[in-house]
Amino acid sequence: MAPRIASNAADAVSGIHDGATVLIGGFGNAGQPMELIDALLACGATDLTVVNNNAGQADAGLALLIKERKIRKVICSFPRQSDSWHFDTAYRAGEIELELVPQGNLAERLRAAGAGIGGFFTPTGYGTLLAEGKETREIDGVGYVLETPIKADVALIKAQTADEFGNLVYRKTARNFGPVMATAAAQTIVQVEQIVPVGGIDPEVVVTPGIYVDTVVQIAGENK
Amino acid sequence: MSYSYTAAALTRDDMAEMVASDIPAGSFVNLGIGQPTNVSNYLTADQGVTLHTENGMLGMGPVATGGDIDGDLINAGKIPVTELPGASYFHHADSFAMMRGGHLDVCVLGAFQVSQTGDLANWHTGAPGAIPAVGGAMDLAIGAKSTWVMMGLFTKAGESKLVEALSYPVTGLGCVSRIYTESAIFLIEDGTATVRSTHGISFDELAARLPVGLQRA
Repeated sequence: MAPRIASNAADAVSGIHDGATVLIGGFGNAGQPMELIDALLACGATDLTVVNNNAGQADAGLALLIKERKIRKVICSFPRQSDSWHFDTAYRAGEIELELVPQGNLAERLRAAGAGIGGFFTPTGYGTLLAEGKETREIDGVGYVLETPIKADVALIKAQTADEFGNLVYRKTARNFGPVMATAAAQTIVQVEQIVPVGGIDPEVVVTPGIYVDTVVQIAGENK
Repeated sequence: MSYSYTAAALTRDDMAEMVASDIPAGSFVNLGIGQPTNVSNYLTADQGVTLHTENGMLGMGPVATGGDIDGDLINAGKIPVTELPGASYFHHADSFAMMRGGHLDVCVLGAFQVSQTGDLANWHTGAPGAIPAVGGAMDLAIGAKSTWVMMGLFTKAGESKLVEALSYPVTGLGCVSRIYTESAIFLIEDGTATVRSTHGISFDELAARLPVGLQRA
């Protein structure tokens, strides 16, 4: 089924409920779906679990969701940055839970969720604090840690172009977590710079097939 | 390779130049955030080295300036960069599969400590109240075919950062094969640290200051 084309960002996120697990694409600001995050804040959903590489920067996007205490738990690889003051404050006050995951394990746990994999043994993190309490196994002389999928209710991602079937193309390193997050959520909501008619994207260059996409919204006037 | 000595300690630029010249031609390489990034300044076109950045790109070019700055094209340190001819983009799971799967030849990282068996500590000081952040450090440490470290050999208090066993939290076990410092270059193999060269310090003086047994190359 073709995705719903939402009229604006507020319409796109209107189904997100309190307590939802929300995947948010982006690595730093590249690929971060700013307008969808702003709309999520405005819609009032709270008690959220958010998965992102980071935990917000400066006074925008994810950082504002943290500032307003809409997030109960963050699952990320790199929360501490020079401008992550809202996360730092919330964390030190004990008002946000942090699950720290090595970046490649984060990506693979999302991939596993989207691919129907129940868990996988990874060498990353073996013998470290981040493997404490997890099942380990030695395979061919190498130590591995069992990691489990991260499934979500919603993914908010950003792509460059969608066609009306929801096929997506990304732009440069703004691709990052978008394609794996799109597969790992029950509802994938995508903001794009342009929506083109079916046939407007060469099938050979589609990165995310439309089967993974539920809602698309065009947010024009992206700065480069 | 036999042991060599220079009267002056290496500068950070000297270290970056030495790492660059040691990278085999045609390698796929990931340079960590901080000091290792400078290695790219000394790679030559003839070397044909392809740089990987964890956020989904091979064929990364120099830092972008002026009109070339593009918010969608950044490196792992979130600095705007450029793309070289032949570059490719891929998503995060592919980027880390490439790393973990042993497809990268060399990864160069900074470190708080390295043990004589090649255990690496570079992600967390373990200090009370510190907010932990790991990023791609654990994936990088154990993923590449060769993991090299660039670091100062001594802490501000004068303690060796090459240690018998880590006191900081582990990033990866037995993963480091080479350490570049201002005072010496070490090769780590089978739990033994071999000194390839010393700089501004003799082998004997170095051996007296470090808490681990050293072989001379």
